[in-house]
Amino acid sequence: MSEPLLQVSNLRTFFTTEEGIVRAVDGLSFTIHKGEKFGVVGESGSGKSVTALSIMRLIEAPAGEIVTGEIHFKGQDLLRLGDEEMRKIRGAQIAMIFQDPMTALNPVYTIGNQLVETIMLHQEVRKSQAVDIGIQALDDVHIPNPKVRMDDYPHQLSGGMRQRVMIAMGLSCNPDLLIADEPTTALDVTTQAQILHLMLELTEERDTAVMLITHDLGVVAGFCDNIQVMYAGRLAERGTTDFIFDNTFHPYTAGLLGSMTRLDEVREERLYSIRGAPPSLINPSNGCRFTPRCDFAQDICGSKTPLPREFGDGHWAACHFAPDLDLSRVKRAERVG
Amino acid sequence: MTDRNLPPGDGYAALDEAEGLTVEPVTQWQLFRSRFVRHRLAMMAAVVLGIILALALFADFLPLENPTDQLEDDNGRIVNLLSPRAEYWFGTDELGQDVLSRVIYGGRTSLTVAVLTGLMVATFGTLVGSIAGYYGGWIDTLLMRFTDLILSLPLLPVAIVAAAWLREAFRGREALSLAILLGTLLWGTLARIVRAEFLSLREKEFVEAARAAGARDRRIIFRHILPNALSPIIVNATLVIGLAIILEAALSFLGFGVRPPEPAWGAMAANGGRLAVGGSGAWWLVLFPSVALIVTVLSVNFLGDGLRDALDPTQTIERR
Amino acid sequence: MTQDTQTQDTDNPIQMPPERLLQVENLVKHFPITQGIFFRKQIAAVQAVSGISFHIDRGETFGIVGESGCGKSTTARCVLRLLEPTSGKVLYRAESSDGSSGSHEIIDIASANKAELRRLRREMQIVFQDPYASLNPRMTVASIIAEPLVVHGIGDTADRIERVKELLKVVGLNPEHTNRYPHEFSGGQRQRIGVARALALNPAFMVLDEPVSALDVSIQAQVLNLMGDLQDEFGLTYLFIAHDLSVVRHVCDRVGVMYLGRMAEVADRDTLYERPMHPYTHALMSAVPIPDPTIERNRRRIILEGDIPSPINPPTGCRFNTRCPRAEFPRCSEEIPALKEVEPDHWVACHFPEVKQVV
Repeated sequence: MSEPLLQVSNLRTFFTTEEGIVRAVDGLSFTIHKGEKFGVVGESGSGKSVTALSIMRLIEAPAGEIVTGEIHFKGQDLLRLGDEEMRKIRGAQIAMIFQDPMTALNPVYTIGNQLVETIMLHQEVRKSQAVDIGIQALDDVHIPNPKVRMDDYPHQLSGGMRQRVMIAMGLSCNPDLLIADEPTTALDVTTQAQILHLMLELTEERDTAVMLITHDLGVVAGFCDNIQVMYAGRLAERGTTDFIFDNTFHPYTAGLLGSMTRLDEVREERLYSIRGAPPSLINPSNGCRFTPRCDFAQDICGSKTPLPREFGDGHWAACHFAPDLDLSRVKRAERVG
Repeated sequence: MTDRNLPPGDGYAALDEAEGLTVEPVTQWQLFRSRFVRHRLAMMAAVVLGIILALALFADFLPLENPTDQLEDDNGRIVNLLSPRAEYWFGTDELGQDVLSRVIYGGRTSLTVAVLTGLMVATFGTLVGSIAGYYGGWIDTLLMRFTDLILSLPLLPVAIVAAAWLREAFRGREALSLAILLGTLLWGTLARIVRAEFLSLREKEFVEAARAAGARDRRIIFRHILPNALSPIIVNATLVIGLAIILEAALSFLGFGVRPPEPAWGAMAANGGRLAVGGSGAWWLVLFPSVALIVTVLSVNFLGDGLRDALDPTQTIERR
Repeated sequence: MTQDTQTQDTDNPIQMPPERLLQVENLVKHFPITQGIFFRKQIAAVQAVSGISFHIDRGETFGIVGESGCGKSTTARCVLRLLEPTSGKVLYRAESSDGSSGSHEIIDIASANKAELRRLRREMQIVFQDPYASLNPRMTVASIIAEPLVVHGIGDTADRIERVKELLKVVGLNPEHTNRYPHEFSGGQRQRIGVARALALNPAFMVLDEPVSALDVSIQAQVLNLMGDLQDEFGLTYLFIAHDLSVVRHVCDRVGVMYLGRMAEVADRDTLYERPMHPYTHALMSAVPIPDPTIERNRRRIILEGDIPSPINPPTGCRFNTRCPRAEFPRCSEEIPALKEVEPDHWVACHFPEVKQVV
């Protein structure tokens, strides 16, 4: 693997709410390398989006706060940068696209207007040059008649087109890292295929690293080199895509895989299902946070937090019993009892 | 019975734990209370309003002078224009009436007008708004154009003309006439709010579920939609109460409200103002009714703010 | 409008084969777009459903799958008369009104009167997509689930509480939770409450409108398993509306694919997934990601050009012709393809159907 681009270590991001402190991300470490396609998978409340916002330093004070941690990006700790320095990195070197492109685009300005503004903010170019770069960027994301589209307002475009605009905007300054937070969740499946195809094509071309945040294991399977599975603000498991899908060590990952319906096979038996729901992150209990839902839990799980351990070749899992559990029945077969 | 994901052994307890369900259920009332109590200003306002209301309600049982009696000293002289002192806390006016007693009894008049107005507005606005919003179509068009008409009336001129006419018709019951007048003029805003709520709520899936269950229109409107539109109704009604107190005072001030000697804050302040301009220096005649009015209106508005925050369903502790 | 509809050979309108529970014929639903303050005049119409036909047999699960705006949810709501169909028939085999068991009568839901409809509501129920919007936040779990019983005047308060507890157990919830409010529950539990409400009147037919698409992955399986169990236990018939082809493959016996208000292809599950013939079905299936890296790396995707056209002004001829990789002009833009049976029980609305393996 090539040189590390982004190194997050021991990140903790908490939110203060009326009910108490939400430990949204609670001690997370990972590395993304240059040009890597890194998938972050988890359910709602797993902390995957908060991780992304923490990297972008977009956590809103005073409710949210990065309590501890370091985020090294190309050698400098983003958490130690001043606001002005961070602003220069945001958009230029790390770009982000969101789930809902309608809320990410300002409805009262044209596409061209917003695109040119982003470009001029980060590149030393004249307006006319910025317009040309903008048209080129729209052309790169295969928007027909880019010159005409520059004058469109966001509501005149379909959801898929808007997401293309967001990608064009994100990639217009040639960032080293693109963070895509559920970029296709709001889109129809045929549009999703278009957008994923486009993202892969453009980022491969430019050797841009991508942090793809999604709840859909199917999406990461075709897109990512490595996957990180998160649960309740912590790491559950991380490894190469193939390894995670074929040899998971963690009951949660196995449960997710086992509970998915698949296009390519008929499963006459019942699906495996993980009982219960993700826990509240206000005053979470000690030990492994998956314990109440885990079919393999034992006494130690409720009292001692399993630290992520490496099992060789970049494969990490946070489970007391990894790699000894027999998860094969969870991944495919009927659950007994 | 097939496996319903019940963990073996402890069954439902383990299931609830896996779901992260709290042991004690939290009722809506508890949620409302905990949010409201956190709203300090609204809490204070509620206490102040409670005191004012209690005074007005139980004025007859308090050791007060009769508000319309002309008080005399031991020598039989009328004690008019006395400044505040131990016997007369708020002083006396030019006719020798006790200002403290008049302020308290005046509160009774003002609050009666305000509360009646609030009730009328809540009833009428809710009815018009919910029918327009639920049925839509030409009913909606008709009702809303009528609402627009009411809303476009210039409030004070119309109120003055109507009040002048009504106080003759309702001689002796001016408070009631004022309430009817203000109620008729002020329901438009609430009708619009309720209509908007109904328009969005009637598309909600839980309303569709009620229709799928076979529920009739009346049940859907009153059992399913209205309770969910309650918070804007309550909040708006509170604000209307505040507004009604001010308008009642304004009309009394202009001489179209409650007739003397019946006490009312607006009329008292107006009268005191005239005397003060006349060079009497009787500041207490203006100050006490005005302070009573301001404190009441502020409290009502703070209470409205607090209710809005406490009733806002988006502030409910939602699980996602 | 008649030329703008498709027909599937159907039996004599009032006669249905004995195993058939529901038969939809030429269903059309247009939403008028109006203008004006006092006098509203119609200036256009959203042609949400433009003449579709299908049938559902007793005890089976029929899936309608398609992307947003294809008219699948509108179809479901027209079937239950939660929306008024513009035209068409929705024939339903109801329990006979004289109450004798085993005897049936066929009612056209689309033209049923108020009293008939109210009676039918006891037999047909719906589970909604969004478990957050489908439960009244101001009502307790008990009153939510008992609502259908109250509406139809069944039992007294004590009976209803008993029934609610029983239903909670049936859907896998703790029967002690009757006095809680919806906001205390997780998405999966709320969906179970919605299912319990739908079951309260012992319906024979249930519309499941995207019942799992708002839920987390780990919760989806719980609800899908539950729906399967309930079907086995109570002999329910399902109309399953979904956009997710993998879920549909797991759940449905027969499947119809909709595109822009029309049925593109109808077949039993195995035929549809193994031998899809409509170019839209091909594109749709090839776009669905499969959670298997080896398969994903070797798949050839059919990437469709452009977006779904507006249902206000849909393309003439075959509605898919503007995006279809196989379209031949002018035929596809002029002639509406009928839904034809190209092999036993496999109906395709395409001028150039061809089997293509895309999974």
